[in-house]
Formats: sequence, C-alpha cells, structure tokens
Amino acid sequence: MLERLTPFLWLLFSAGGTVAALLFPAHLFLTGLAFPLGWLDPPSHEVLLTLLRHPLTRLYFLALISLPLFHGAHRFRYTLYDGLQLKHLTVLIAVLCYGTALAGTALAAHALWSIPG
Amino acid sequence: MSSPARYTPYHPRWHRRRVSVWWWLEKGSYTVFVLRELTSVAVAFFAVVTLGLVRAVAEGPDAYQRFLARLGTPLFLSLHVVAFVFVLFHAITWFNLAPKAMVVRIKGKRVPDAIVTGLNYGAWLVLSGAVAFFLLRG
Amino acid sequence: MPETVTLSVTRYRPEQEGEPVFQEYEVPFRKDWVVLDALNHIKDRLDGSLSFRWSCRMGVCGSCGMKVNGEPKLTCAAFLSSHLPGPIRVEPLDYFAVVRDLVVDLTDFLHKLKKVKPWLVRRHEKGVAEGEYRQTPDELDTYKPWSMCINCMLCYSACPIYGLEPGFIGPAAIALAQRYNQDSRDQGAAERLEILSGHDGLWQCTFVGECSKVCPKNVDPAGAIQQYKLAAAAHWFKTLLPWSAK
Repeated sequence: MLERLTPFLWLLFSAGGTVAALLFPAHLFLTGLAFPLGWLDPPSHEVLLTLLRHPLTRLYFLALISLPLFHGAHRFRYTLYDGLQLKHLTVLIAVLCYGTALAGTALAAHALWSIPG
Repeated sequence: MSSPARYTPYHPRWHRRRVSVWWWLEKGSYTVFVLRELTSVAVAFFAVVTLGLVRAVAEGPDAYQRFLARLGTPLFLSLHVVAFVFVLFHAITWFNLAPKAMVVRIKGKRVPDAIVTGLNYGAWLVLSGAVAFFLLRG
Repeated sequence: MPETVTLSVTRYRPEQEGEPVFQEYEVPFRKDWVVLDALNHIKDRLDGSLSFRWSCRMGVCGSCGMKVNGEPKLTCAAFLSSHLPGPIRVEPLDYFAVVRDLVVDLTDFLHKLKKVKPWLVRRHEKGVAEGEYRQTPDELDTYKPWSMCINCMLCYSACPIYGLEPGFIGPAAIALAQRYNQDSRDQGAAERLEILSGHDGLWQCTFVGECSKVCPKNVDPAGAIQQYKLAAAAHWFKTLLPWSAK
C-alpha cells in the first residue's frame, strides 16, 4: 500500500523541500536569531494576530509548517532505511515519520483556525 | 544457450563484500550526502518551532511573550545556529540540484542548468525580502 | 618522473584462499601508459595468472571498469601519471560478486537491463510504404546523453543504494529506460513505468548523485532518474483525476 503512495509522498517531499529552501532561511534567521538576540525588533502580538486573521496568511503558515514536515519525514525515513540499514523496521519507521508530519499538520491547522476573525 | 542466464546470488565460490553500516564514512562524497539528508532534522525542527510560534500567537499576548523569551535561552539559540547552517546547506544543495529534476525547455531547447539555479536564487532573494517586509513592520 | 611504479592489485583465487588479498607488482612507468597497460604488462611479463576484463582499450566498450585508488574508473582511461605516487590500488568494482581477481559477475545487471525493455516499443509498427520514423534534432537532444551509455557499470559501483539494496534496478538501467521513454519514436513509457514503479524501481534512488560523477560518458543517470520521478509523479497525479483513462 505504501508503494502506491510513493509518487504522492515524493511530491510532498519536493514541495516541502522547495518551501523550506525558499522560505526557511529568512524565517529562521529572523525568528530564531535576529529577534531573540535583539538585532531586530520582533513583531508585536497585535501585528501577528492581524496578519494571521487573513485567510491567505493562515494558508501560508499551514504550508510553511506542514510541507517541510513531510519533506523532513520522507528524507529522514530514507536516511534511517539506508544509513542505519533498518530495513526490518520499514513499516514502523514510515508510520512514525509520516504520522508525526500528519500530527504536526493537524496541530497547525487547529491553531491557525482557532484564531478568531 | 537453451535456458536464460539465472542470477545466482549465493554462488559459493564468488566473493561478496558485506556493506558496513559505516559505509557513509568511507568516502567524502558519501558523508556530504548523509549530511545533506540530515538537514531534514533541522527542517523538521524549525517547522515545529514555527508551529509553536503559531500556537503561542493563537493563545494570547502572554503566551507569545513567553515563547519569544524561550527562543532567547542559550539552548534554543545554539539549536537555531546549528539549524540555520543546516537549512542553508539544504537550500544551496536544493537549488543546485533542482535543474536536474525540472528540465525547462523553451521552444525545444533545454534551458542551461545554471540559469535555472540562478532563477531559484533570485526567487529566494525576493521571497526572503517579502518575509522580512511582513515581519519587520512592527 | 620515476622509472617504475607499484600497483597493488586484488587477487582472489577461490581455489587457494577464502578472502581477496593484495599483491604488489612493480611495472615500468611510462607517461602515456594507463592502468590497463600496466595490467597487461603484469599479465604478459610478470604474472600470467592475473585475470581481468578488457577489450577496446579506448573507452567505448565498457569492459575494463575497476576501482583505481578507490574510485570506479575505466582502466583504459586512467593514466598512471594521474595516480602518482604509488602504490596504485586496483580492485574489482564494488557491490558485484567477485568471480576471480578483478573479474566481477555481471548477470544481475544484464537481467535488470532486460527488464526495463531497452528497445523501441511500438503499439503499431509503421509499414515500409509509410516511410521512415522522422525525428528532429531537438527531439534527438531530449534523449541523446542517455543513449551514450556503454554499460560499463561504474555507476553501479558508485551507488551506495545499489550496495545496500541489491534488488535496486540501478542507475544505468533506469537511464536507459528513460532514453527510450523520451525517444519520440517509442510508445512503451507506460509499460516501463509499470515495471519501474515497483519496490526496486526508481523510487529507491535518493539522488546521491555519485553515479553521474563517475560516468565516463557523461550520461547523467542521476538526472535521468530525477526527471523520471517527476514524470512518474505527474502521471500518478493524472490518474487521480476522475476524467482520466487509467
């Protein structure tokens, strides 16, 4: 069954990889380094809330979280399979990896659509 | 030649070397490949951080401040420094490999790989600028 | 420039030893000699028992693939002068069963090559009176690099996935499948995709890219496989659409 999903999982991997490559460096630099280190002022809560009220922003953040999670899950799954030669655990690894990505997607969707407005 | 050649994987006198679990350390390019694959951990990590950010914003201003404070701790700062390096490595290798998978043809002629990569870097710059614009407004 | 250079060559004589061993030979150094010349010198003058494959000695037959200092190379294209100082290690290709000395068993590759139907598949053959199959230079360019494969198997020896998953169909076979898929005269893409979508097919590839690096003919099998993945994914997506014919 997993085999028939492979093209789909690869498409998710590619989409996630593209999102991560194009958008993560900027987001990570700001959120993970510039804001906490005080190099730049982080946006206030109201500003972020206003941004996130917009349906397009919610979709943007859903894609920003979900697609890279699937990208990471897919790549990590193959790394465990090839790198550590854990072939006998192949189904378990797949379930854990994609399951985590699905859980993250669900949590993101829930958080994003719990914002009123 | 009546029967087709049959693959005999267990021919007793042929020698098969076992592939070691450390195969990826035996050659420089293999190690770089595994490091590239391990960028998936950094990518997943920052996706989870972004998820945390969104949840904090949804919860309220106090939760958001607490989240920002958490990001300032030495643990998260060091994680983000490492993650940043890996995410950059992912982006660079991704853009360099993209033209191999996505062949663009204009009027039957293949667009050179360097141009496709260049367009990717261009998109990266533009989008990074847009992200900064939206997040630095206040 | 030295007078002589040492070659450290793998010997495997199953009637004598259970494991391969290295044997050192001192051969004359000539600046125009390649590793194959050195091996032939060994066989002619020093040790006639050394076994290895070779044929055209000019990089078109694909017979003389071996590892030189750990890298898969055609020994007829590996100059002694590029591998100084010695000792120069000459070993059989990785991930294949070693039959004797530097000779490996190729049956697996040949079996896999046949599986992907590396020939023009037509649903309907044109009659002679209908004329020839015409192809523009641009249509030729679409698949030309992949048609340059000489089946030397250096790519298999470089591919860690092939080492870890012996069932993997492998770079050359998949590149050759793509060569025919992209040939405007071919109508067999669906058949080949059926074969290559399976567990050991193109999805095993994780784009390590070593295959394209070692290819002596610039076939770029890695590129072929990634393009094939995109085409297969697009095809899969189309089969989801309710109005498509499966």
